[in-house]
Amino acid sequence: MQPFIDQIISECEILQGLPLWFSYLIFQLIFCGIIFVFVAVFAMLAGYAERRVAGRIQSRIGPNRVGPQGILQSLADGIKVFLKEDIIPTHADHILFRLAPYFIFIGMFLSFVAIPFSSQWVIADLDIGIFYLLAVESLVVIGIVMSGWASNNKWSLLGGMRSAAQIVSYEVPVALTILLVVMYSGTMSIQGIIMAQGAAPWNWNIFQTPFLFVAFFPLFMGSLAEGNRMPFDMPEAESELVSGYNTEYSGFRFVIFFFAEFSNLYLIGALATVLFFGGWQAGPLPDFVNGLLGIETPLSAAIVKNLVELCVFMFKSLCLVFIVIQLRWTLPRVRVDQLMNICWKYLVPVAFFNLVVMGIWMVVVPEYVTDIVALCMTACGVLLLGYFFYRVAWQLKNTKARLRFNPLS
Amino acid sequence: MDTYLPILIMFVIAGGFAGAFLLLSYLLGPKKPTDSKLSVYECGLNPVGSARERFSVKYYLVAILFIVFDIEVVFMYPWAVNYKNAIKDGHGAYMIAVMGVFFVMLVLGLFYEWRKGAMNWSNQA
Amino acid sequence: MNPYFFYAFATITVLMVVLMILQKNPITGAMCLIVSFFSLAGLYVLLEAHFIAVLQILVYAGAIMVLFIFVIMFLNLKKEDLKTGRRPFYQFAALIASGALVTFLVVQYTKIPPVSFPESVAGFGTVEAIGSLMFSKYVIAFEVIGLLLLVGIIGAVLLGKKENHD
Repeated sequence: MQPFIDQIISECEILQGLPLWFSYLIFQLIFCGIIFVFVAVFAMLAGYAERRVAGRIQSRIGPNRVGPQGILQSLADGIKVFLKEDIIPTHADHILFRLAPYFIFIGMFLSFVAIPFSSQWVIADLDIGIFYLLAVESLVVIGIVMSGWASNNKWSLLGGMRSAAQIVSYEVPVALTILLVVMYSGTMSIQGIIMAQGAAPWNWNIFQTPFLFVAFFPLFMGSLAEGNRMPFDMPEAESELVSGYNTEYSGFRFVIFFFAEFSNLYLIGALATVLFFGGWQAGPLPDFVNGLLGIETPLSAAIVKNLVELCVFMFKSLCLVFIVIQLRWTLPRVRVDQLMNICWKYLVPVAFFNLVVMGIWMVVVPEYVTDIVALCMTACGVLLLGYFFYRVAWQLKNTKARLRFNPLS
Repeated sequence: MDTYLPILIMFVIAGGFAGAFLLLSYLLGPKKPTDSKLSVYECGLNPVGSARERFSVKYYLVAILFIVFDIEVVFMYPWAVNYKNAIKDGHGAYMIAVMGVFFVMLVLGLFYEWRKGAMNWSNQA
Repeated sequence: MNPYFFYAFATITVLMVVLMILQKNPITGAMCLIVSFFSLAGLYVLLEAHFIAVLQILVYAGAIMVLFIFVIMFLNLKKEDLKTGRRPFYQFAALIASGALVTFLVVQYTKIPPVSFPESVAGFGTVEAIGSLMFSKYVIAFEVIGLLLLVGIIGAVLLGKKENHD
């Protein structure tokens, strides 16, 4: 962030008159504000997208009335909920009941501070960034337990307790998997981890060694579980717990829980992108775009470069978000004992095994072998992806008649 | 310290917006509390007892196991960060040995826990 | 180190810890403790000990707090259990002891020469620095901690798990 702000200040004469700390503060405020707006818009659009995808998967339409194709649905819902009564049950613990949404809201936004959207657009590039992400997650856990307990409702309490047990359990495999990536990159800074990868798929962490490829799955499942996403959404299992820890919440307080859940969706995608899919690495693409547009001044060139990288990062993370949404409507929910079994009996041992083999691999296997392995794995990945698209195309071709329907009829 | 300042800024922004929205919704929303509206939701029935019941010990077990494993993992991070450089300097075998001893103890703990059935969620008291 | 931030965080920490002691309800007390952990993490950041700061949140505010809350709910003390009879003798003794402690601290505090906030050394408190120390000078301590944690696991399982004989 700092180099980018310095560049703007050096180009802009009005800012040079101001004291340096003041301009830094102003820019940090602006960037925090941008992130805030981005997260808000993303959460609204994700809520809409999820309902549309769900509609498609379940052969129904989904929201399509508010705005073109119903894209303003979440906004309408938000305004409606604003005008709703704010109910606090008599027997609830009033202070904690009011405080819990703040914990969740703030915890969610604090995670976004460390997400690098491009090579220069990251609000805080912390030297222990990846650890910071794990740590702020605990704010959300506290908020969930607090809301569950403060409601004085049996569903809420059960949901809150389950959620806490689930999140803390899955934090072990997630932390172990991130450890693997840290080991391979030799740094805990998020930018450092991205910089250690490359733009081309064979430079991504996921294709570096077979163990990193395997490690992706504990991480992905763990972040699904930590975000209370299907198939691990035990805390809010509607069929048994009404709505889990937020049962007693209404009005805008409820929206905050909803909001946190959907912004977490982006965090799942972003974390996986950063650790395994090369982050914002765009290779020669920014230079190519700059050449295409014929941009000369260093500041505009830097802005275009960052924009291109932002697009790359967004594309990768939104692809993962789409997968997460699809998973929710495809998989059945697991039982609570299965949930714990998956974590402690499968994911943790797999992560341990990975760690040992990876440690030995890094000492024993010379670099050129790693390169060959990476190329082979990338080839396998591309083949698998190609086969997947072939299947999708085949399905589309052969079931065309059944898929074609007019949503408005 | 400067890199950590934005976290504080974000804290203030997020907290401020949440507070402002909640205040706005409080001002805009209707206020017609009734006894049944303010009572605890229990699927339409009158609430039975308090929700503040005693909880199963298995949650406690999960929490304490998590703490132990979390701390072990935390100790591994400084190792992992230094590992790559140590290999370059030719200390790879030493690093593996140091972590190996630590790791064997961790795996022993996991194995013990497994054999004792501490990971079986449903079978517990 | 910015003294204003220091005083702000220090005040919050002390205030929250005092509040925690004064709370009748254990859960509310635990929540106060969490806030004090967070401001303590802020103090660590001011000392350039970033790794320790994040650990403070990850381990204390995250893991240990969840354990505290589970234990509080697990015991679930009712309000009736908390009402203990007033014991004048103990109250009197506590008053004298705390008064003596405060006097001692105040006297000691006046003896401290005024210090300026020192500048930190480059690379201090980073994970790399901690790691290289931990695996060279303090390697025995590191292994002993592993043993301690193993004992912790065994103890937790023994305490928390009823023996199943089927």
